[in-house]
Amino acid sequence: MRIHLINGKIMGETGACELLIEDGVFVKAFSGPVDRIIDVKGAAILPGLIDAHCHLRDPGYEYREDIVSGTKSAAKGGFTSVCPMPNTRPVCDNASVVRSIVTRAQNEGYAHVFPIGAASKGLAGKELAEYGLMKEEGIVGISDDGRPIETPDMLRKVMQYASDFSLPVLNHCEETSLSDGVMNEGWISTQMGLRGIPSAAEDVMISRDIILAEYLNLPIHICHVSTKGGVRMIREAKARGVRVTAETCPHYFVLTEDACLGFNTNAKMNPPLRTEEDRLAIIEGLADKTLDLIVTDHAPHHEDEKDLEFSLANNGIVGFETAFALGYTYLVRPGHMTLRDLVACMSDNPSKLFGLGRASLEAGAPADAVVYDLDSSFVFDKQKMLSKARNTPFDGYTLYGNTLLTIAGGKITYEELC
Amino acid sequence: MKLRSKDLLGMKELQADEIAEILKTAELMKLVLKSGNKKTSHLQGKSVVTLFYENSTRTRLSFEMASKFMGASGANVSASGSSINKGESLLDTARTIDVMSTDIIVMRHSQSGAPHFIAPRLNASIVNAGDGMNEHPTQALLDMYTMKEKYGSLEGLEVAICGDIYHSRVARSNTIGLVKMGAKVRVAGPATMMPVGMEKMGCRVCRTVADAVDGADVVMGLRLQLERQTKSLFPSVPEYYKYYAIDPKILSLAKPGAIIMHPGPCNHGVEMPTVVYDSPYSVINEQVTNGVAVRMAVLYLLMARRNQE
Repeated sequence: MRIHLINGKIMGETGACELLIEDGVFVKAFSGPVDRIIDVKGAAILPGLIDAHCHLRDPGYEYREDIVSGTKSAAKGGFTSVCPMPNTRPVCDNASVVRSIVTRAQNEGYAHVFPIGAASKGLAGKELAEYGLMKEEGIVGISDDGRPIETPDMLRKVMQYASDFSLPVLNHCEETSLSDGVMNEGWISTQMGLRGIPSAAEDVMISRDIILAEYLNLPIHICHVSTKGGVRMIREAKARGVRVTAETCPHYFVLTEDACLGFNTNAKMNPPLRTEEDRLAIIEGLADKTLDLIVTDHAPHHEDEKDLEFSLANNGIVGFETAFALGYTYLVRPGHMTLRDLVACMSDNPSKLFGLGRASLEAGAPADAVVYDLDSSFVFDKQKMLSKARNTPFDGYTLYGNTLLTIAGGKITYEELC
Repeated sequence: MKLRSKDLLGMKELQADEIAEILKTAELMKLVLKSGNKKTSHLQGKSVVTLFYENSTRTRLSFEMASKFMGASGANVSASGSSINKGESLLDTARTIDVMSTDIIVMRHSQSGAPHFIAPRLNASIVNAGDGMNEHPTQALLDMYTMKEKYGSLEGLEVAICGDIYHSRVARSNTIGLVKMGAKVRVAGPATMMPVGMEKMGCRVCRTVADAVDGADVVMGLRLQLERQTKSLFPSVPEYYKYYAIDPKILSLAKPGAIIMHPGPCNHGVEMPTVVYDSPYSVINEQVTNGVAVRMAVLYLLMARRNQE
């Protein structure tokens, strides 16, 4: 299959304007007749995005999402690779589950799927999972996501053992003894009579992880940072050479705890939406590269699990189909970062973290690319999502960065060019 | 005037003129209560159902009495003895009540926001009779009615609310309502039971109960759930009593003649000693009486709004 994209702006910049794809890689020249010429009419062509943190719910929770619907949704958002977390049923803590996910994705998926393997068997935080055997089947990282690696001793062993297989360790930082709540602890939770999760619950564990990473001289990746204190500690740690990387999600730079008012369960997630001060610190952390990655934490839930009393509703929101547009609208357009930096957060840096060798439009690289309309706005309509779920707080938002075309491994995975 | 919403969800949702209207209407209802013939026809041909997921003596009984005095037919649904025990969801339970042509559902639930969740999905009006730690608006209204009855106005009144503020929907509703009506609220209690950002509700957060009570017109105690001790929120009842109770010595700091209030049920000898509970300045029993009048007013005003639609 040979695809010729013409009239595009590579990285949104004028200059080079075409992209040649043949047999799944970018090429300088075609070796035969072109199958398809696509005129992207001045839209921006970027390397395909890589989501380092999502939930495809497959196996076990296919009523929420499955590999097919999840990767279709990812493709619609411009993602060509996604890394699903291991909290499936059964848990992705052994080679056979990894193999089944990878095989299914290869056969039926709309994006490359690089699973994250469980750090501990059953995500129980007690015994190491089989990192080596899982890596042979395709995992690219280690995490007990959703569950923090509770004891410092267990985290130490996870980091040490993962280093034998060069697998990054991703930790959900939450000191659970401090976090018996359902939203950020503060004036809004007090007003609504809801139990709060203090920012200190996140900060306490981030500090612990940094201390261990420094002591062991091993890398640690901090998941979905939501607090000002977390950003500050990571910045300071990086400055003295600690091998720490970190991610955040679009909702932490777009929304605050105010979104929970009216008991809006689509604003309920963990870590919770924080204060305006935290939101601004997250933007600052992205701008000065303290935070390396923007991930979706795509967390599809069934309507029956969200349309409930606030405290009973599940945590999390879907994110594939809004992530880039939120980043472009809330970070690039106001001038907090350049488009190149946004692409670094959503493609280059995740590729580096996991050693994927993607995120490039150069000849020879895997043909993962996305075409966005950056010039005109669109109104995000949750009914048009390709995910099975609808749990998003961004319905009706006016955004920039609608996906026109996604190509993963040289195959068109999403297209709405007319 | 007409209430703005079909439901009474909380003091947050009520505006000052609506609060004033409810309190004014309650004065008329109290006359009915005090008369020899406790019967009106305001709710004739209407139905009021109480839906209680938590135990209650005062609130449920006073709503039931209020609706009976005004001629409504009604019924009561509680968790035990209903399909709630079979695991039926709140929404399905509420819809079941709704589709039996129910006009008003008075509801108590352990989850903050539970009435807010069902209200927009039902035809019936929802009255929040307590939701989790969020609000208990009719308690605040009856407390404000009681204060107004004693002092004539709420404007400038100094009100001390003492005890477990964190878990108290009574403290939240009273603080929000009183501030809207121009009263000055001080709160005090153990730091382990003081929620973050309380001062942003417009009240003064005091370091000690003595500070809060000093110069107050109204001194309100809150129920302490004794099982909080096992969560390390306070060490023991004797220590709580010594440092946080409203005892005669603390009370002597209040303005002479200051009234003593408590939403009940009271742990005698914990929040306050019996001598304070039963003192001549205690209006705790009047609060209960006024609860019926205020709930009559609320049911009346909500029904009046429904009738106009």
